[in-house]
Amino acid sequence: MAEFTLPKNSVIQEGKTYPAPEGATNLQEVHVYRWDPDTGENPRVDIYNIDLDTCGPMVLDAIIKIKDEVDPTLTFRRSCREGICGSCSMNINGSNTLACTKDISDIEGPIKIYPLPHMPVVKDLVPDLTHFYAQYASIKPWIQSTTPPPPDKERLQSKEDRAQLDGLYECILCACCSTSCPSYWWNGDRYLGPAILLQAYRWLADSRDENAGERLDELEDPFKLYRCHTIMNCTETCPKGLNPAKAIAEIKKLLVERKIA
Amino acid sequence: MSLRSPLGQAKGLGSAKEGLHHWWAQRVTAVALIPLTIWFAFKVAILSMGDYQTVLDCIGSPWSAALIVSLIFAAFYHAALGMQVIYEDYVGHKGARIAAIMGTNLLMFLFGAAAIIAVVRIALGG
Repeated sequence: MAEFTLPKNSVIQEGKTYPAPEGATNLQEVHVYRWDPDTGENPRVDIYNIDLDTCGPMVLDAIIKIKDEVDPTLTFRRSCREGICGSCSMNINGSNTLACTKDISDIEGPIKIYPLPHMPVVKDLVPDLTHFYAQYASIKPWIQSTTPPPPDKERLQSKEDRAQLDGLYECILCACCSTSCPSYWWNGDRYLGPAILLQAYRWLADSRDENAGERLDELEDPFKLYRCHTIMNCTETCPKGLNPAKAIAEIKKLLVERKIA
Repeated sequence: MSLRSPLGQAKGLGSAKEGLHHWWAQRVTAVALIPLTIWFAFKVAILSMGDYQTVLDCIGSPWSAALIVSLIFAAFYHAALGMQVIYEDYVGHKGARIAAIMGTNLLMFLFGAAAIIAVVRIALGG
């Protein structure tokens, strides 16, 4: 359901401002969304002033610095710090991206950090991705084949067939795309969203998989698939430079090919 | 409050196993409307210089009547399909959504039927 105003208990209030450290010359203002479920208070935006001369180059470095040196209560997910685990996805200056690959020098003015849009918040910058992961599980993201693999060997794939997975296998399921999609905001309970549909196409495109028909049967649905209206926010925001909108279009083309073409 | 598992919630009632026809029909009618609308616009522009009888004769000629009926069918069908998508996107209440879709379909059918009957009547010399 489309919601254009925040519920009362989600309205963001002014937070604390933390002063700049003494002697700092290269200052950067960082605005961070804060919400603690245990206090019963509304969310707020805290403002931190950090010294870039003693900070790493990425936005993740800045929030780790804040947690280490200014405010240990700041809560966020991070792991690999090199854009491969997908943990530190968040909304930075209006775009969903990975904090670990977002350069501070690319941002003009204050850095503004919020959790991924339109998801339930667990605490501060940590969104609840339970439903997102369950949707991923629902598309059966593993090889399904009746033909047994050759004994003592892997299933072979030609170079051309393997190339079909380029632009798909790189997806790290960070949820930046799905949470940038208005269709996912309004109908995320049923619409699978760009990340999961890209993954669904990843298995449809795999030459070793033998269940394309069943996969397409499961996808053909006004809500699971056809909520995509090629808005393209997904492709615009993907921190890995992938094109989920194209993958969704490929699924639609397969359905046309099966029934009409 | 429900203790249904996240996977159970995500799978819901499963796939409707339809949606392709709706999506395809929306695109086919969109493409059809391009030449039909351009042709109709030129026709109206030319006819605006003629008198009443010229207009009746033109609309009543078999090819013109067939093209106008096609235009009316494609336009109202396309509108009904498009409105359904908008309701599905933005109307969360299931009852309201179904009522809106059914009401719109009925209106589009009535408008389309009336427009087609008007053209057919002219074509048959009514």
